[in-house]
Amino acid sequence: MEWEVVIGLETHAQLQTKTKIFSGASTAFGAEPNTQACEVSIALPGVLPVLNKEAVNCAIKFGLAVNAQITPRSVFARKNYFYPDLPKGYQISQYELPVVGKGVVTIQVPAVGKNPAYEKVINITRAHLEEDAGKSVHGAVEGMSGIDLNRAGTPLLEIVTEPDMRSAAEAVAYAKKLHELVQWIGICDGNMQEGSFRCDVNVSVRPKGTDKLGTRREIKNLNSFKFMQQAIEFETRWQIETLEDGGTIQQATVLFNPDTGETRAMRSKEEANDYRYFPDPDLLPLEITEADKARVRALMPELPEAMKARFEADFGLTSYDAASLTSSLNLANYFVATVKAGADAKPAANWVMGAVSAKLNAEEKSIAESPLSAEQLASLIKRIMDNTISNNAAKQVFEAMWAGEGEVDAIIEAKGLKQVSDSGAIEAIIDEVLAANAAMVEEFKAGKEKAFNALVGQAMKASKGKANPAQVNEMLKKKLGA
Amino acid sequence: MINSSLKTLSQMLADKKVSSVELTQEYLNRIDTFNPVINAYIALDKDKTLAQAKAADVRIAAGSAVPLTGIPIAQKDIFCAKGWKTTCGSKMLANFVAPYDAHVITQFDAAGAVNLGKTNMDEFAMGSSNETSYFGGVKNPWDYTRVPGGSSGGSAAAVAARLCAAATGTDTGGSIRQPASLCGFTGLKPTYGVVSRYGMIAFASSLDQAGPMARSAEDCALMMNVMAGFDERDSTSLQREKEDYTRDLNKPLQGLRVGLPKEFFAEGLDANVGKVIETAIAEYKKLGAEIVEISLPNTGLSIPVYYVLAPAEASSNLSRYDGVRYGHRAESYTDLMDMYCKTRAEGFGAEVKRRILIGTYVLSAGYYDAYYLKAQQIRRLIAQDFEEAFKRCDVIMGPAAPSTAFKAGEKVDDPVAMYLQDIYTISTNLAGLPGMSVPAGFSTGADGKALPVGLQIIGNYFDEARMLNVAHQYQQVTDWHTRMPDLEMSGQPTPQGNK
Repeated sequence: MEWEVVIGLETHAQLQTKTKIFSGASTAFGAEPNTQACEVSIALPGVLPVLNKEAVNCAIKFGLAVNAQITPRSVFARKNYFYPDLPKGYQISQYELPVVGKGVVTIQVPAVGKNPAYEKVINITRAHLEEDAGKSVHGAVEGMSGIDLNRAGTPLLEIVTEPDMRSAAEAVAYAKKLHELVQWIGICDGNMQEGSFRCDVNVSVRPKGTDKLGTRREIKNLNSFKFMQQAIEFETRWQIETLEDGGTIQQATVLFNPDTGETRAMRSKEEANDYRYFPDPDLLPLEITEADKARVRALMPELPEAMKARFEADFGLTSYDAASLTSSLNLANYFVATVKAGADAKPAANWVMGAVSAKLNAEEKSIAESPLSAEQLASLIKRIMDNTISNNAAKQVFEAMWAGEGEVDAIIEAKGLKQVSDSGAIEAIIDEVLAANAAMVEEFKAGKEKAFNALVGQAMKASKGKANPAQVNEMLKKKLGA
Repeated sequence: MINSSLKTLSQMLADKKVSSVELTQEYLNRIDTFNPVINAYIALDKDKTLAQAKAADVRIAAGSAVPLTGIPIAQKDIFCAKGWKTTCGSKMLANFVAPYDAHVITQFDAAGAVNLGKTNMDEFAMGSSNETSYFGGVKNPWDYTRVPGGSSGGSAAAVAARLCAAATGTDTGGSIRQPASLCGFTGLKPTYGVVSRYGMIAFASSLDQAGPMARSAEDCALMMNVMAGFDERDSTSLQREKEDYTRDLNKPLQGLRVGLPKEFFAEGLDANVGKVIETAIAEYKKLGAEIVEISLPNTGLSIPVYYVLAPAEASSNLSRYDGVRYGHRAESYTDLMDMYCKTRAEGFGAEVKRRILIGTYVLSAGYYDAYYLKAQQIRRLIAQDFEEAFKRCDVIMGPAAPSTAFKAGEKVDDPVAMYLQDIYTISTNLAGLPGMSVPAGFSTGADGKALPVGLQIIGNYFDEARMLNVAHQYQQVTDWHTRMPDLEMSGQPTPQGNK
């Protein structure tokens, strides 16, 4: 039987506000334990929450960015459970009426092997505001557990998708897209190591062609895209094997162990909490007007979709290229800076998405960490445009510039990669090639088009790749009377 | 001096006839004498108190006094006061010293009032007799064998016994008005949102409201001027212009439309209490009021609705008492779950546990719609009843409690009988309306003891100034509010509550 995997994501994005969602305590990461825990963070008797308007603005930005309906009147609810790092014994979240309703995120799924790249629309079910819990600290004091409440009350936006993804690659593409988007609109720093962006992945499988969803298991707290890919692939295989062996899947929460590459059930559904959600009587419903939305919209940068359309219109880029370049704000800015520095848009796009991206991937760097500036890349592209070097030679120059060996002209000079455009020199080479390859000339004259290309190749080879290919072509045609 | 109005005391302080230190010492002496028997105060700190009195005298001398500067006030132990033990009447917080001030405390401090001490109360404000306090019951100053009402029983006894010039209370279902009725003084629960709840330990957040407990309507108005006002730290605090609650005290009542809900005079009301209320209504007629028969048809549902919603909120509000960060923690335990269970089993009394259980139940999956949601719907109907009624009258009057003070121990084992004490007060909390209890006379029981009866006045939203006017005019022609009990010097030791 052929199986289909069905995946939905729940992502917690920590919002970039100076203070906590319901108090004035700082949200800065890495402070000494409990130094950012005010009376509200500790949940002293008698304290009350006051909503941080900045957190609401972040939610509105996200809603606008995914074309979602922003709920005019959403409600904060208490999610009740006992845990030492949850000071009030309940988490303030949103339940029945979230601040952001249905929206969409368009993802680009990269080519894998023979399968070409494609675009897909992922539906957002909802996004809601909530507070983070504190942290348990084990081992700081021998034989005891400590509680650090610095993080308690940090604002989170939980973003939930429909079960729209059908492969680990799609899930990762979505997670990456979302990761870039929340940074693009400036609501989350995207730092996965510090836990600013955490994903829970719901995975189920079903026979291909059927509609009914299988029983899902939720992989909790994935904090890297690599782990997400591995975890989903393992989980999918495990579920399929379990079903093929005649077993059944129990709804469960599972953890991914990066050391073994396996997922393991943490708790089953039967042990799940009854959270006893009810509207928080300490907070009024959150009302968002059209004016609020307009005010926030005015503060937002150009969104990826708009920038993509602009790239297509202004630069004549394909939809896929424009989408790739606008997959992150830094990448888009790098591209724009390259064009601004004088490079033509199409080669600039090709270089940014091709050689530059490949290098960054290989070195696991972000575009912000690129050793090659946009201006440097433009200087290289300009040397191709003015025929100083060939495309092939440009690759060598690129490698050298990337390695920090110097600026473009110096490298061309040092490596002797300057293209030969002197027609006398090229003519001399062509004459030599024609004399040495009489048989090929005959073949061409007999009508074999391929022989022409072979002759071009011979001429390029004779020039050690330095001859201007366009000139070689032209002169060869003339000589052969073609 | 101890039976003087706040206005008189303030004038005496201004005229230097007495200093705040002398006045405060007078009350502290009375507390020393009577508190061991009455058990109204559960935390006293004479050094702190007298330091505030001294500071008040400096301020009075400097000419920067305001009406309550130098006046000794008792604070219900539900308000966090920095450096004061703040227990909420519970073993759970028996060792908790508040590191910050409630908004109400800050307001009194800013006015230069003197904090005499923290008063006894039902545990987490859950009770109508003060018998659920971990620190023992409180004696009704009119008859030591009887309860003062609750949950603000300590403040009530302190005001009635003149162990303070005035006190604060909180009212979730009647906890200011019922004890005011049972102890014979004036108590006001303001409109929900008028007094900030910040630093007031939560019982049921959507119902809790702080208010004054004092001799007279005029005293309550002066207290309200200090307590009321917007506070950005409480999201349910209402952003309104600051008002002077004394402004309408002297308006005549000619043409005042008084609504009498037939449901407040039906079965369940003690006949003698009913007579006192009728006499008071007759007095209002003399003052020019018109009587309007009204109906609040959903009154009977208010207790069941309240006992779904209040425990639901309480079960969540009290989750923070888990032994992790402050308050009681069990001595020994095997693991986290055992720590939670033992801590909460030991730290909470029976009534608190009962309400946590009810609240947890009504919020549980599968029961939420049938209980919590249904109760919220009925709550709206109850509010609509009042909305309709106020189209035909300006204030509503009736009894504040169905009976006079009952005997200690009488209802301890019958929670439903205890809950019925709040039958006339709970609906105003559910609607968020202001209500007050005003001394209206005495009812003499079979044992020959005369016990106070309170007349309840319910106003429309933000109509506190008018209600105070209505009460004040009555207090100009009656003297019930000036009566004080003859305190016995001794009595049985205070019965221990819910241990």
